[in-house]
Amino acid sequence: MATQSRQRRRNLWIYAFLMPTFILYGVYTIYPIVASYWYSLVEWNGFSSEQRFVGISNYQAVLADPLFWSSVRITLLFMLVVAPLRIFGAFFLAILLNSPKLPFTKFFRTVYFLPVVTTTAIIGVVMRFILDPAAGPVAAVVGLFGLPPVDLLGESGTALVTTALVYVWKFFGITMIYWLAALQTIPQDVYDAARVDGAGGVRIFRHITLPMLLPFLLIITVLTIEDCFHAFDLMQTMTAGGPFYSTEIIEIYIYRWAFAASIPQLGFASAAAVLFGVLVLVVVALQAWATLTSQRIQSQRSESERTESQIERQVGAQIVRRTGKGRA
Amino acid sequence: MSTLAARRGNDSRTGDETRESADRRPKAMSHRPRRRGWWLVALILAALAFLWVFPFLWMVSASLKSSGEIFQGGLNLIPEALRWENYGRAWTAGQFGQYLLNTVIVTVVTTAIVVVRCALAGYVVGRYRFPGSRLIIGIFVATLFVPTGYTIIPIVKVSLELGLLNSLAGMILALGGASNVAAILIYAGYFRRMPADLEEAAIVDGAGFLRVFLRIMLPLSTPVTATVGILTFLATWNAFFLPLVFSSTNPALRTVSVGMQAFVGENSTDWAGMAAAGVISILPVVVLFVFMQKYFVEGIAGAVKA
Repeated sequence: MATQSRQRRRNLWIYAFLMPTFILYGVYTIYPIVASYWYSLVEWNGFSSEQRFVGISNYQAVLADPLFWSSVRITLLFMLVVAPLRIFGAFFLAILLNSPKLPFTKFFRTVYFLPVVTTTAIIGVVMRFILDPAAGPVAAVVGLFGLPPVDLLGESGTALVTTALVYVWKFFGITMIYWLAALQTIPQDVYDAARVDGAGGVRIFRHITLPMLLPFLLIITVLTIEDCFHAFDLMQTMTAGGPFYSTEIIEIYIYRWAFAASIPQLGFASAAAVLFGVLVLVVVALQAWATLTSQRIQSQRSESERTESQIERQVGAQIVRRTGKGRA
Repeated sequence: MSTLAARRGNDSRTGDETRESADRRPKAMSHRPRRRGWWLVALILAALAFLWVFPFLWMVSASLKSSGEIFQGGLNLIPEALRWENYGRAWTAGQFGQYLLNTVIVTVVTTAIVVVRCALAGYVVGRYRFPGSRLIIGIFVATLFVPTGYTIIPIVKVSLELGLLNSLAGMILALGGASNVAAILIYAGYFRRMPADLEEAAIVDGAGFLRVFLRIMLPLSTPVTATVGILTFLATWNAFFLPLVFSSTNPALRTVSVGMQAFVGENSTDWAGMAAAGVISILPVVVLFVFMQKYFVEGIAGAVKA
């Protein structure tokens, strides 16, 4: 009896601790996720106006809109440009910055990380001026080479790539930190051992660094790709989806119908939002599946291989190292 | 990039040969040719670093130039004369004094809310099994990646019905209630790893649930609190979507990130004022970053290690 009442008291405390999260997270995250489904089934022309149930006709309208499909394509295209550049570029930079032989590494880390902490919506506005075809510094560089002025954000052919590259620059530092964290999980002993074994820089990189980093590639890819769905701040301030909808990612499409239209189409925008949520879910689920599969393959392979060659070699090298030290 | 890779390859190869041929030579000797290569890499990285921060240098430089000087274009970063009046214009006419105050209020209160609620939730989720605990963790993980564009319409509708839409309080609650699952998970992971005898000793001494948390667990979690606090501070200071929607009908509620766009919308030719406004808005987070770099990096690296 005593333990039971103590248990009950404990549980009361637990629920009390969860209460702030229940309320805030419930109202501002869980409820919106659920309510979006209802809102996507109504006709609703303004936040204070009446809702009228219309069934799936909003979905039909969204799916029939070529601009919606264009925004899906642009969102995915943006991801395809940004993610590889961030993942592999940052990988390369992290390898360099992780070397104990490189001078000023701390300074470089700070500098390359700096854009991450700055306000995206403000950077977006500043970049518009930097890329200004008449008086911006980029135009001055182009002029230096005697080339005709280019309006990188004003042409629908170049606007998406330009914004994608700015996004890469802006958040490169995050992926760099991911890789540096991954690199730091490799103990220095392993390098030392291999070096004593006679392995050079390239061989160490190929046979030790790369295999030990591979498991991190997937999680870093998941995190970086997920990050590509948060481009609203930059896009809205740099191009607002233009010119001619050429940089209109899905979040801007939703924003345009819900908040920027003279008569808001909230039901229609909710249907687009639900479809966006499904897209994000599918991409994340695909990656989670890929991560699990690769982990299974790796653990199988490592059981058969690593035990024999790799670990043996590492242990052997360590013994060599120790005896070597003893001699010295 | 490719030349860098090639150079790196060459370097290590020469290093190897030196080492293999002269195994008994003192280590420092064999390092010398490699060292020079790394200085070259450092030089290239330094040039790239200059390009990397160029937008910020340009912004600071433009904030001190006259508009005529900026319109001439060119790459000169040194202003003819320092025109501090640009800052005065951004501060009063551009209302960045007001926007900065709004941003500070919103950021500080939101950060406090998020830290408190995530520490409480992370503690019980990480340390106790109770009816519904698995379900709660499942919901947290499932909603880890919810984008703002998905939840924004119901958030506005709820806020309107609660009478919170056109207020800083409404903005704060929405920001504090939006997905902060990562923070809860960081706390949960940290509290889970703490040894059980810590609280057992306290319970033997007669301490209750709340006392154990406040006197033992919370003080021990200071490093996590610093990390969560700083990352939340950064995310809130830089937030754009929610503040944009919450201040759409009342310009007095704008934060700096929303105010910047409004400023260039109203003063499209005042480049110097725009740049000054940008410096005013970004400087606080950059200063915070320089002093608290360790916690920034730890918070971000935690996502990979976990």
